[in-house]
Amino acid sequence: MAAGSTYTPIATTTLGSNQAEITFNSIGGYTDLVLIVSAKQTPALNTQYIRFNGDTGTNYSYTILSGNGTSAVSARGTSQDRWYSGYYGVPPTDSYGIEIYNFQNYANTTTYKTGLSRTNRASGGVDAMVGLWRSTSAITSITYGISGVSAYLTSGSTFTLYGILAA
Amino acid sequence: MLNTVFGSLSVGVTPSTNSYESIATVTVGSGGSSTITFSSIPSTYTHLQIRGFTQQTNNSGANCIIRYNSDSGSNYNSHYLGGNGSTTGAGYFTNGSTTGGYAFDSANNGSGAFCAFIIDVLDYANTNKYKTSRSLSGWSNNSSGENLSVMSSAWRNTAAITSITLQDYSGGSFAQYSSFALYGIKGA
Repeated sequence: MAAGSTYTPIATTTLGSNQAEITFNSIGGYTDLVLIVSAKQTPALNTQYIRFNGDTGTNYSYTILSGNGTSAVSARGTSQDRWYSGYYGVPPTDSYGIEIYNFQNYANTTTYKTGLSRTNRASGGVDAMVGLWRSTSAITSITYGISGVSAYLTSGSTFTLYGILAA
Repeated sequence: MLNTVFGSLSVGVTPSTNSYESIATVTVGSGGSSTITFSSIPSTYTHLQIRGFTQQTNNSGANCIIRYNSDSGSNYNSHYLGGNGSTTGAGYFTNGSTTGGYAFDSANNGSGAFCAFIIDVLDYANTNKYKTSRSLSGWSNNSSGENLSVMSSAWRNTAAITSITLQDYSGGSFAQYSSFALYGIKGA
């Protein structure tokens, strides 16, 4: 009944120097993708983001459920030029945050694309989020970046992309 | 109300790459489907994960329930935390006011968007435990009316889970292109 093992590592990158973005290409051949991020940033409190296929149009929206130890909040972004994927759970400066992204049916060419994320900053808060890319194109590249002028993901941050293939 | 703030939790631990196996996948055809059932689930794994990408034909509500081994008794309870882009909400269900445990909240077909969800069912074949699951689900439609939720649900039965059924609580159907994939995660 089972089709065999899956959840295959596609690529892993550890930053050797500070940089603002990292892009995964050559990601075809799976049903879902999972991106695991352990990242720090400088300076503090800039928001991370996801872009697909280098699309900088206002084709992204997202909904947030977030808590900071005191209260919970829900908010949305519409017609954005990227999926801002952190609220309280942005990459820390004093330790590495934990972020997990799931991109379902990313290669289909019929529907818009939906992703789920959980981003966490122990010193700040935790987020759950859903992001929408209003495109029926197959996702062929994923960019993770940090927004803000002179903002960088710092050396030592790691990014691992996995592929899951359904039966 | 439930369709606007309804919850589940997931995005779980990353399995090692040789312990995570695809068991079965269902993709809904042009006629839609009111229920999705995975049957004859082998007991050879430790945990199960269901990964979905769904849209429902019912525009007025899109709450989905999960039922194990076709049990429609009052044996399920759930807690959730959700957000709809402007407010948060939390709640619970006990003793099968539904005929299954609430599992996730799917996108309605007026949105143009599909919901993504992940459900983890832990120790599904253990005959000494009630069965628990957690899930994360959400959909965005570039407007209001979307939903994101985390949820945990329990089935108060010690039987091994051999079948899982997913369906729209309000009687709608899953729309074309919806897909449901069942995976097994092995223990050491």
